[in-house]
Amino acid sequence: MAIDLEQFHQVFFEESLEGLDVMEQTLLQISSAGSDAEAINTIFRSAHSIKGGSGTFGFSEIAEFTHVMETLLDEARDGRRLITEPIIELLLKSCDCLRTMVLALQHKSTIDYTDAESLAQAFEKILATQTPVDGAADGDSANSVTVDDGRLQSDSRHSQSFSAQSILEDSIDTLLSQPDSAAPVDAVQEQPSAAEDSDLINGWVIQFLPAPHILQTGNEPLRIFRELAALGELVVTVDVTRLPEFNQLSVDECFLCWNLVLESGCSEDDILEVFEWVIDDCELTVVNQQSSDQIVADQPSPIDTTLADVQPNMTEASSVEPLPALSVATEASSAAKPQTTEAESDTQENAVTRSASNSSIRVGIDKVDSLINLVGELVITQSMLSELGNNFALDKLDRLSNGLEQLLQNTKELQESVMRIRMLPISFAFNRFPRMIRDLANSTGKKIALNVNGESTEIDKTVMEQIGDPLVHLVRNAVDHGIETAEERVALGKPEEGTITLDAYHQGGNVVIEIGDDGKGLDADKILAKAVERGIVKSIEDLSEQQIFELIFEPGFSTVETVSNISGRGVGMDVVRRNIKSLGGRIEIVSSKGAGSSFRVYLPLTLAILDGQLVRVGTETYIVPLISIVESLQIKSELVNQVSGEMVLYRLREDNVPIIRIYEEFAIDANSTELANGLLVVVEGEGQKVGLLVDDLLAQQQVVIKSLESNYKRVEGVSGATILGDGSVSLILDIPGLIRKASERSSKHHQAA
Amino acid sequence: MAEILIVDDSASMRNMVAATLKSAGHQVADSPDGQAALEKAKSGKFQAVITDLNMPIMDGITLIKHLRQLPSYKYTPILLLTTESAADKKAAGKEAGATGWLVKPFNPEKLLATVDRVL
Repeated sequence: MAIDLEQFHQVFFEESLEGLDVMEQTLLQISSAGSDAEAINTIFRSAHSIKGGSGTFGFSEIAEFTHVMETLLDEARDGRRLITEPIIELLLKSCDCLRTMVLALQHKSTIDYTDAESLAQAFEKILATQTPVDGAADGDSANSVTVDDGRLQSDSRHSQSFSAQSILEDSIDTLLSQPDSAAPVDAVQEQPSAAEDSDLINGWVIQFLPAPHILQTGNEPLRIFRELAALGELVVTVDVTRLPEFNQLSVDECFLCWNLVLESGCSEDDILEVFEWVIDDCELTVVNQQSSDQIVADQPSPIDTTLADVQPNMTEASSVEPLPALSVATEASSAAKPQTTEAESDTQENAVTRSASNSSIRVGIDKVDSLINLVGELVITQSMLSELGNNFALDKLDRLSNGLEQLLQNTKELQESVMRIRMLPISFAFNRFPRMIRDLANSTGKKIALNVNGESTEIDKTVMEQIGDPLVHLVRNAVDHGIETAEERVALGKPEEGTITLDAYHQGGNVVIEIGDDGKGLDADKILAKAVERGIVKSIEDLSEQQIFELIFEPGFSTVETVSNISGRGVGMDVVRRNIKSLGGRIEIVSSKGAGSSFRVYLPLTLAILDGQLVRVGTETYIVPLISIVESLQIKSELVNQVSGEMVLYRLREDNVPIIRIYEEFAIDANSTELANGLLVVVEGEGQKVGLLVDDLLAQQQVVIKSLESNYKRVEGVSGATILGDGSVSLILDIPGLIRKASERSSKHHQAA
Repeated sequence: MAEILIVDDSASMRNMVAATLKSAGHQVADSPDGQAALEKAKSGKFQAVITDLNMPIMDGITLIKHLRQLPSYKYTPILLLTTESAADKKAAGKEAGATGWLVKPFNPEKLLATVDRVL
């Protein structure tokens, strides 16, 4: 038909991946805190949704795999199976496997089924070994047993003789040995249309005695007859014998019965299919017309007659949907065809645009509402201002300035609101760690607990996506290099279990992410020795402990002799630092030997907007990213140190900070080239502090970053540009770039001299 | 053509059912859980409800029980979305007052045919 299912695939992939995340987290929670009904139900629901969706959208591989998984979860949900650690492990692996499969489908690449097959086997092994249902090891037969069981329970209302059998052990064989039971009638509708002899039959006599409450289930006998009429020629005769006295009539209830004669070559299953939904709420007799005279004369119980027809089919129990459903479906839907052809072209277009944009963001409705609200206010302010402008007089100046004030407020709020749309809670990045820690603990044999704080701290989506890998690396390092083995820890008098702490919080305009461990801490001597050996530092220089720690971020540095498969993946701390820097952030180390280390990652809230300090040099205004500013001070000439050649150092407490004259770097004219009483902005970039000589400090403000590269070309020492309130363009300083540029220039100078 | 309420916690399933019903000219509204659906049902009158079983906050069975308490939904066709493995739930659904069910996985044709049965 006209509906193109592909248009729903993207949403299905996304929600499946989300479902898998939820499943994984819940499994980990069960693993650490024990299981409860709600947790198991949550896992079941995720698996169930994935199965339902994958079946509907035609991903049978996933549907099959989730089916075995679901069978096991269903047992757990009913309390028939305990969720043990090996099962959790298996389910976690299944999450991984499903994730890989979903991603492969999403990217239309081929799926590797080897994992799925071995996992499916593992599931079936578990199901087979401890299954409470006899011999129902494989999914399908287990299934049909559950089906019958369900029927049994529901039927017990109608037939007491059945209550004793509403237990799982009953298989189809037991059902057959109970010819006086009502169940086979129900079972019939689950049978495939095995009645191949339907051609011989040309008519049916149907007696339909609905239960009085039938209308209250939303089932309307008229609709049932309409369905029957679609199968052939139908003659309906109403039977009013059950009708009570008028004063006892209740409008809610149905007291009518019907005798129907259907001229049709359809099978009995086709007819039972029509009555499928009401079979529990009626007495129904379906008799082949050729033999009907005799049967009607005998006044048989409805069950007896049907059972005779049913029994031969019973042995072929299967969960396959009856075929007639399809034929009915196509007939009925053919009426709807004309409208749907139109929709077809629409949906196909949709599908194309959908697959083109494979990145989406889920935004809380409150954020969108606040945005709409703010735009509304903006429109009001705008109309007020334009009315003022239409006939402006000086006495309206107050109102104008009020209006402008309001506009400023609106714009600011709107900007914040728009930014919030891109913000996601950091938990998206943190979520993978419980699982990772678990796996790492397993593979290293260390005992590790994970402590996560500030998960709701929000961060820009792009920053989040790019910070994931560096964080993974830092956590791996903490486990690998930080946390000691349980024996070592006990020997040191520490708790046997090591703790990794993840923390996120806002500080100023930044988001700070802290990765801490209570392990052995950084060993300054070892790091220094290594750095010297690797030629990272020339000789045993006089380095502070902090500076030594910073050495681990140098390219080519690694303290482990044997590269382990955890942290030694060819990505060093230098890459971590580079990634963080490219996001406009920085990383700091706090470590004390024997007590643990903490890595603090400072990140900007967003990449589109920057908190900047405006500085003036001559007639130019530059922007220094606030995140890199350490302090600003007035130069005291006695603290200035002229070292060899060009390089001028400023004594800042125990540090010597090189002074960079911006006017020199950009070859412009400054008001003052004198150092004495000049203004120095001390900034930090790539672990190095420098002082920028500026003429004046102006305002601090948020600026929108515009790329210089895409609008002009790359300029060394400049990371971008922005447009200031007065319309002028201002350059944003790239502090690390500026430091590199200055040191290259000074060393050239040095060589020339 | 009818106004139909779709209740499912899976967005892809909601989208698919909604698009299919719309293509047949029906008007649709949807809710991600039983609680939200109940609110929506109270504020409008739908000619049919299609609900999933297993949902957070309020499941399909509870939703049906609540809907049947409302005078305006006493006779409204309510279809359950089930999978074959949840067949025992069909009985529970029936008891709660469901009209019928639609077994997942289903294709758009089957969905429309099933909906046509109750309208």
